[in-house]
Amino acid sequence: MNGLGYEAPQSVEETVALLARENGAARILAGGTDLLAQMKTGAAAPQLLVDVKKVRELSSVEEDEAGFAIGAAVCTAALAEHPGLCAAWPGVVEAARLIGSEQIQGRASLGGNLCNGSPAADSVPALVAAGASCLIAGPGGERELPVEEVIVGPGSTCLEPDELLVSFRLGSGKAKRGDAYLRMIPRSEMDIAIVGAGVCIELDDFGVCHAARIGLGAVAPTPLRVDAAADALVGSRVDDAALEAVAAAASAAADPIDDKRGSAEYRRKVAGVLTRRAAKIALDRARGEQ
Amino acid sequence: MATAENGSSEPKFRWIGTRPVRPDGVDKVRGRANYGADHALPGMLWGKVLRSPYAHARIVSIDTSGALAMEGVHAVVTAEDLPEIAPEESKIGEGPTNYRDLSRNVMARDKVLYHGHAVAAVAASSPAVADRALAHIEVEYEVLPHVLDGDDAQSPDAPLLHDDLYTKGVEPAPERPSNVASRVEMGRGDPERGLAAADFVVERSFRTKAVHQGYIEPHAVVATCGEDGRATVWASSQGHFMIRAYCAKLLGMEQSQIKVVPAEIGGGFGGKTTVYLEPLAIVLSSKSGRPVKMVMSREEVFRATGPASATRIELRMGCTRDGRITGAHARLEYEAGAFPGSPVGAAVMTLFAPYDIDARAEGYDIVVNKPKVAAYRAPGAPMAAFAVESVVDELAAKCGIDPIEFRLNNASKEGVQSTFGPKFKRIGNVETLEAARAHPHWKAPLAPNQGRGVASGFWFNGGMQSSATVQVADDGTVCVVSGNPDIGGSRASLAMMAAEEFGIDIERVDPQIADTSSVGYNDLTGGSRVTFATGMAVVEACRDAVRQLRERAAAIWGVEIDGVEWADGEARPTKGGGELEPLTLRDIALKAARTGGPITGRASLTARGVGMAFGVHICDVEVDPETGKVDVVRYTAVQDAGRAIHPSYVEGQMQGGVAQGVGWALNEEYLYDDDGRMENPGFLDYRVPVASDLPMIDTVIVEVPNPGHPYGVRGVGEVPIVPPIPAVANAVASATGIRMTELPLSPPRVLAAIDESRG
Repeated sequence: MNGLGYEAPQSVEETVALLARENGAARILAGGTDLLAQMKTGAAAPQLLVDVKKVRELSSVEEDEAGFAIGAAVCTAALAEHPGLCAAWPGVVEAARLIGSEQIQGRASLGGNLCNGSPAADSVPALVAAGASCLIAGPGGERELPVEEVIVGPGSTCLEPDELLVSFRLGSGKAKRGDAYLRMIPRSEMDIAIVGAGVCIELDDFGVCHAARIGLGAVAPTPLRVDAAADALVGSRVDDAALEAVAAAASAAADPIDDKRGSAEYRRKVAGVLTRRAAKIALDRARGEQ
Repeated sequence: MATAENGSSEPKFRWIGTRPVRPDGVDKVRGRANYGADHALPGMLWGKVLRSPYAHARIVSIDTSGALAMEGVHAVVTAEDLPEIAPEESKIGEGPTNYRDLSRNVMARDKVLYHGHAVAAVAASSPAVADRALAHIEVEYEVLPHVLDGDDAQSPDAPLLHDDLYTKGVEPAPERPSNVASRVEMGRGDPERGLAAADFVVERSFRTKAVHQGYIEPHAVVATCGEDGRATVWASSQGHFMIRAYCAKLLGMEQSQIKVVPAEIGGGFGGKTTVYLEPLAIVLSSKSGRPVKMVMSREEVFRATGPASATRIELRMGCTRDGRITGAHARLEYEAGAFPGSPVGAAVMTLFAPYDIDARAEGYDIVVNKPKVAAYRAPGAPMAAFAVESVVDELAAKCGIDPIEFRLNNASKEGVQSTFGPKFKRIGNVETLEAARAHPHWKAPLAPNQGRGVASGFWFNGGMQSSATVQVADDGTVCVVSGNPDIGGSRASLAMMAAEEFGIDIERVDPQIADTSSVGYNDLTGGSRVTFATGMAVVEACRDAVRQLRERAAAIWGVEIDGVEWADGEARPTKGGGELEPLTLRDIALKAARTGGPITGRASLTARGVGMAFGVHICDVEVDPETGKVDVVRYTAVQDAGRAIHPSYVEGQMQGGVAQGVGWALNEEYLYDDDGRMENPGFLDYRVPVASDLPMIDTVIVEVPNPGHPYGVRGVGEVPIVPPIPAVANAVASATGIRMTELPLSPPRVLAAIDESRG
């Protein structure tokens, strides 16, 4: 760890300039819950840590008529204390609250969870289902991307070394919409998802689903947006037949591997089960029943 | 929490059975207690171990010159720096240990036998320099084929770990070496005749995986060895006298040359009944002339310290239609890891203990290219109980008899010939089963997808050697000095027994754990023996001191000692002794200098009269039929404690045993890749239960006093890990109709079984 530097810039511009200067030798420090563990094992050896928690856009949750801008470095515990966000996007908040322990959640952030690039990141399938987009700043200005386009492989994102994830954009609260996230772990907490499923459902005035989005985690090299499963819901009343179709489509879309955390076969089966169960919770929320 | 009382004429105690605040509690909650890694000395160096990247390889050469040339590196140690040790069985630790093997486990000689096996160690000015130095030690290996599984290890073409290992206990003696270290057999009667006469016979094969004790505190030591060849060692362990003896043996030193100071211990569960770092730290200190500190990482703990054996058990048991077990036979294969010495012998002895039946068991001790196993709470018994209690459950169901009634029908009791030799003395097996049957949990309704299991467990408990002294101070307090690391609240229990003996307030007793030079010899903290055996030494030492106090009072009063009785912390004249004012402990202590000097009671003993212990656990689970996830939703542990000195610590032992047993049953397992490398050497993927995985574990203490102990104590620390695995498995069987015989009952495995049963 010789020569490890630390900077805590105050603005997005300053942060991007630092990243550009270091040309890949810097790592962004938000909560550090993944980064510090990687540094301990030697998996990461940055020369400069750029602490982004002093940058206002990254460390606040803003709400306006268009919806929410969630700073990439806001800790997940703070998300749970934001009544507006909890009311509008309960599935996103419940996913964020599954990351690590109570103590970890005082540090861990959505931005860190995404940029760590894990296929099993809990918040990502929920954000995918919620239709979240990411605001990314670089030397040439800003760009906005759907969240599902950020992770491109295990541990890798499409961000350039001089780019900074600033915030997540989520729509405003809406009646007759519900979202939910479920994950499978062998324990009850403090674990990594074997399968994660995020579902968002919107109903029309007649109780028919007119829009749906589904995200799956830990069943492919990257978190997936599964339109085939969402299509099984659209036009239905989310009845048992539609829920079975969703489960089948989710299982079919899963492309998992065997590893120490679970077999491919198990992941495929459970992807369907959890997607169906998350869809049922999302439906209840859309109906205002939960 | 409840206590089921037995017997009508209960003695009345002031302290025994109450729940005072533990004497070591404040330091522990305030972070002041000194654990293994907390110690430091001026000029101290940091030691680190280079470990084998192969599961099995010949060491062709080791070149340490690169590391020694580095700035800040003070010493390097390899097997060449340690004496070559001849084969000799140790009688000190818990479980069989051969000094030659122990030496080669501490530091590989000629061959590495598992991934993570120590091959060299360095001492350097900082942990970072020590880490870099390890990378500059060049080891040339000739990689050999390895064997990871007990089944494969027995195949005729399996790679041999030790070419001089011939199976012991087999007639005629084998002509060729193998990976089967020994065979043991034990039993009672003619079970085959009983099996032939049975109405129902169940035959099953069970498998369990290697699991780690999972103590929170990694192994840690500071050692200093001077020019005079005398060493002082500060270490966290289950026995500082054990460390002294092992280090002396492994380093060719006299025990008198080594003093070991016990640190507070952050969990051991049997895993700290041996040495790993301590001898290396002494040699590194001797070579460098500086104190050396060594602390394992969690990964090292998993890769190189003892797990519990992986096992395969084949069991046949039969019974009559009316629920009488007619015979049983078991074949047990236990993996020992890289060196012989699994607890298969203890397993063969314990597995049928709850039952008055004709049964035989044969056990095999098998070496594989994995870390040498170490003791883990009731070593060997939980896996064997998994087999026996699962089959008993099935037989009870075949007979249509309530599983607790079935166990009562066949229960061992006083006078019954055990399958392992002695006749049972006074035991609480029946009382424990009856208390479980009477518990509301046993008849409580179950929800859909839920099931209930029950299982019995047994453990011998240990006696062995203990010493204690009690020192009466002139403020009227008593310092109780003993020599067993406190892993389960034993300070509190020893202090309570002393307060009871002296008839003084518990606050006036100061229990201390002394180093190897400051108290008489004590065998290690293991075998659930401390409150029993060291407690007995404390009681005897207190009685010795009380006799001296009476003598002093007699001298002050000018009467014979028979004219003085001791009660409520003071000397009183016996009836008819006149109008003498009682003399308190403090009164006598203040006059000690003039009446014969300091008052010190002492006792050293080999504890006889061990009270064997039984437990019965009831477990409710809910099984998710679509994911295979098993949640434990209710749990009740019933156990005979003889007499609970401090009920909170008895309950704590019971709850801790359940927590570990549930983890073993549901998710814990060592996972290996094809190269023999452990894939989950950390608590993220080696899944011990977290708090939210468990319900409140209800406890019922049954008290059938052990006649062999002044207060009736039976050991309580190990029995509670014996029933949980079968209790969980029987509950899963009840919930799903599927008999699972392979651990862990992890979600993928349970779902696969459910899907298979649906066809």
